Amino acid sequence: MAIEKIHTENLFLHYSSKMALNNISISIPEKKITAFIGPSGCGKSTFLRSLNRMNDLIDGVKIEGKIFIDHINIYDKNIDVVTLRKKVGMVFQKSNPFAKSIFENVAYGPRINGINDKKHLDEIVETALINAAIWDEVKDRLGDSALALSGGQQQRLCIARTLAVNPEIVLMDEPASALDPLSTSKIEELIVELKEKYTIVIVTHNMQQAARISDLTAFFYLGELIEFDKTKKIFTNPEKKQTEDYITGRFG
Amino acid sequence: MIRSFKNNIKGILIEGLTLSSALLIIAIVVVMVTVIVIGGKDQISWEFLTSFPEDGMTKGGIFPAIYGTALLVILMSVAAVPFGTITAIYLTEYAKENSVIAKTIRFAVRTLAVIPSIIYGLFGLGFFIKFVGTQMDNTFMGGELKWGQPNILWASLTMALLTLPVVIVSVEEALKTVPNDLRAASLALGATKWQTIWKVVLPGSISGIMTGTILAVSRGAGEVAPILFTGVAYYVATLPASLSDQFMVLGYHIYVMTTQSANVDQTMPIQFGTTLVLLMLTFILNISAIVLRYRIRKKKSN
Repeated sequence: MAIEKIHTENLFLHYSSKMALNNISISIPEKKITAFIGPSGCGKSTFLRSLNRMNDLIDGVKIEGKIFIDHINIYDKNIDVVTLRKKVGMVFQKSNPFAKSIFENVAYGPRINGINDKKHLDEIVETALINAAIWDEVKDRLGDSALALSGGQQQRLCIARTLAVNPEIVLMDEPASALDPLSTSKIEELIVELKEKYTIVIVTHNMQQAARISDLTAFFYLGELIEFDKTKKIFTNPEKKQTEDYITGRFG
Repeated sequence: MIRSFKNNIKGILIEGLTLSSALLIIAIVVVMVTVIVIGGKDQISWEFLTSFPEDGMTKGGIFPAIYGTALLVILMSVAAVPFGTITAIYLTEYAKENSVIAKTIRFAVRTLAVIPSIIYGLFGLGFFIKFVGTQMDNTFMGGELKWGQPNILWASLTMALLTLPVVIVSVEEALKTVPNDLRAASLALGATKWQTIWKVVLPGSISGIMTGTILAVSRGAGEVAPILFTGVAYYVATLPASLSDQFMVLGYHIYVMTTQSANVDQTMPIQFGTTLVLLMLTFILNISAIVLRYRIRKKKSN
């Protein structure tokens, strides 16, 4: 087993009085793709958003238990959330570029980190766009509005924007669910390339997608982690009956 | 079921009555604008707009009143727009929707909006002139009277209070049109809350802030009551050059010439001309605010 990157211990999460995550303990390895699958409302996205503390933004969320990233408990009271989120980037379900130019979208993260040197920014932006496999499509129009790009391009731009901050972990919340098949396959190829440098955790509704790209798969149901194993094992020979029922399409 | 003749007549009468009262509104606007335009159009000239009143204000132009109005609304905006924007930022970005403090602020804003404008004038007199101004004179001027009397600074600040609700409501509306997805994107990149507001939320709300400013300016340009005790003058021979100077404005100029002039009949053309200038000014300002607001709403619905 590879080096452990993320580790949770007895994690519980409540929205007001409703329990959304029930006693999640999991260990996610470095530089692999880990997929979270399960029916809607099973808690997989909520869990993902706990890993960079985006749930902090929602009123009434209460978390118990521990989440360690590189063996540091990120819910410890002296953790700086801003620094955490630089280390743990996130790509959202709906592409959400800023109403700025392509260049400024990618430069946003470096700029808020105090990088203003034009040459240095140029380098970062180019590298991020290359790594997000969109450089060739946009290199001649970096000054154009990001909103003029197609949906698939916007999503890859959002990935580039995340990479420009130089994170170690990239969380992806159904990054291709709003895209056409061609754009989806581009995003999938990209994700597989990214695991050389980054630890990827992806939430997906699409079981074929999880099977195609992930190394490990976690199946969530009703706020519980039912089963977590190598993707191949989950999809060919799951231990639990619930997992088998879900992946064979008997429910969900 | 056949409708009776009587009911038919009754229906027609009621419809006619409601229609005629609605038409009356149009008639009032048309008459008002027509009278002002006809009476004032020959008066408007480059000279009228750019020269001082002469011969006890029976001749000459209205330049000091135009200049004073412009200066008043500029100083007012400088105070009201940042203050109002910051309040709106607190309400939309920081306060929890139903918290006691947010509700109290919103209640206070609504209350400010319904206070009669003359009361603002009295407040300005009591607070800015008698309290702040007198204190400033005692502290900095050795008791000599400089700030403890009406001037353009106190008038602008009083007017700023009056227009504050307009700014707050417009900016709040604009901040709300910025999608939460963008706030989340910025925060997920490791931006602080303030960086997110400064670099993503505010740039996305510029047109709303502009709308608020224009509406405030248009309101401020037309109001007279708040500045009556706080700075406006019947006539000043020079343009205001310092914050402690008094000034003239269009609205008060109309009042002065209609009621205080030595020869009201002689000033009639100037009254019409001034009224037309004021009407056009507020009309243009309101139209631009409506256009801007329409564009924001269109953006929001997309």
